[in-house]
Amino acid sequence: MPPLNRLQIAWRAAQDIADGTLVNLGMGMPVSVADYLAPESDVFIQSENGVIGAGPLATPDRSDSDLVDASSRRVTLRPGAAIVDSSWSFAAIRGGHIDVAILGAFEVAANGDLANWDMRLPSKGPLVGGAMDLAACARAVWVIMEHVTRKGAPRLLETCTLPLTAVRCVKRVFTDLAVIEITPAGMVVREMLDGLAEADLRRQTGAPLTFAPDWRPLTAPPIELPAADRA
Amino acid sequence: MPPATPDDTEAWAAMPIDKRAGSAAEALAGVCDGATVLISGFGGAGFPNVLIRALRDRGPKDLTLVVNSATHRYSVTHELIEAGMVRKVVCTAARGQGKEPSPFERLWMEGKIELECVPQGTFAERIRAGGAGIPAFYTPVGFGTELAQGKEVRNFAGRDCILAQAITGDLALVRADTADRYGNLAFRYAQMNFGLVMATAATLAVAEVRAVLDAPMSHERVQLPGFYVDRVVAVGA
Repeated sequence: MPPLNRLQIAWRAAQDIADGTLVNLGMGMPVSVADYLAPESDVFIQSENGVIGAGPLATPDRSDSDLVDASSRRVTLRPGAAIVDSSWSFAAIRGGHIDVAILGAFEVAANGDLANWDMRLPSKGPLVGGAMDLAACARAVWVIMEHVTRKGAPRLLETCTLPLTAVRCVKRVFTDLAVIEITPAGMVVREMLDGLAEADLRRQTGAPLTFAPDWRPLTAPPIELPAADRA
Repeated sequence: MPPATPDDTEAWAAMPIDKRAGSAAEALAGVCDGATVLISGFGGAGFPNVLIRALRDRGPKDLTLVVNSATHRYSVTHELIEAGMVRKVVCTAARGQGKEPSPFERLWMEGKIELECVPQGTFAERIRAGGAGIPAFYTPVGFGTELAQGKEVRNFAGRDCILAQAITGDLALVRADTADRYGNLAFRYAQMNFGLVMATAATLAVAEVRAVLDAPMSHERVQLPGFYVDRVVAVGA
């Protein structure tokens, strides 16, 4: 099967979210995870701006400029939702009350170090937002990202080269090629893209990989990317 | 004692506390050069854009802004920066939206404006601490990163933490939905964000609201007690 597209990676991450949990979804690819939660599941999505229980995106006729998430998207509230202020919202994050934070990343190291906030773009100011709070303090930090950069360089590395967001924080990584656990013994492959050769995965990974004894093929249902994303 | 009924206008007019300002300009009376200004708003909600414009028109110089984003497409904070009124920005996001550098990014690259980039939870908590009489606190957030450089590190129960110092300001500009004469504030949806803590941490807290109620609001609606708020001004939706 071909590598997973961005939405299929989001779908795969959604399959691991336990019912009844409180989850934070980072900007970019992670926010799509919400679209693949089972309709009957009771997951609460927390947004850094204080929304606890964000529902689906608002339709234009129902959208409200005061009801937004941390990505400035106009959202709805699910039944049972609440809204608090930023200091309380981050007290919840720092206090370890968020079960899972799913974040995008530029690089992840074999010890769980995460780099996802500063690509050192020339002429661009830094943007840290809530990335460091979530990475350092969520109970579990999962990353979803492409396995390699657009130029083909590995994003899973022995040591991060970009500025760190937090040290030793990432527990699980979902990519277009694999699902990888970060353990005290390094990176462990739980799933590898159906049909990919082990040597191909190792070649595209910048750190040693161990295969779990019960590793499985990674598959996902077909999901079309929106036209704007395919270019 | 306050009058028993809201429509006893004569009796209300005699009551000493009335924080309603006639205009945004009036609400900013006394704001000086060199002020540290806390500005609410996040994600498109809670930006006090009428007050920001009034501050721009007032024109104090050498300001330090404490604001989540130096540039946001729904905020007019960048107009203060463009007008050359700002010496330093304390924020969590200093990146412009477009390909071209934002006014902040241009001045920053030219070395004409100072930047302090802070993780968002530490940013909110530093302001909360400022209003709550806590001079500094330790947090695990940021340890081992560039943003911890030069900060005191201490290990608590096996966890490395860095020292973060409280933020206070001379002026807070906050957006809420409704207010009353006592300065009590009620917010809509996610408008609250940084507004609550910012109002507690500034010497002069000014709120722009959609509407100022004639009668004091019910205690159940009050999300920020009026003693934190010095002036309110109705600016419409």
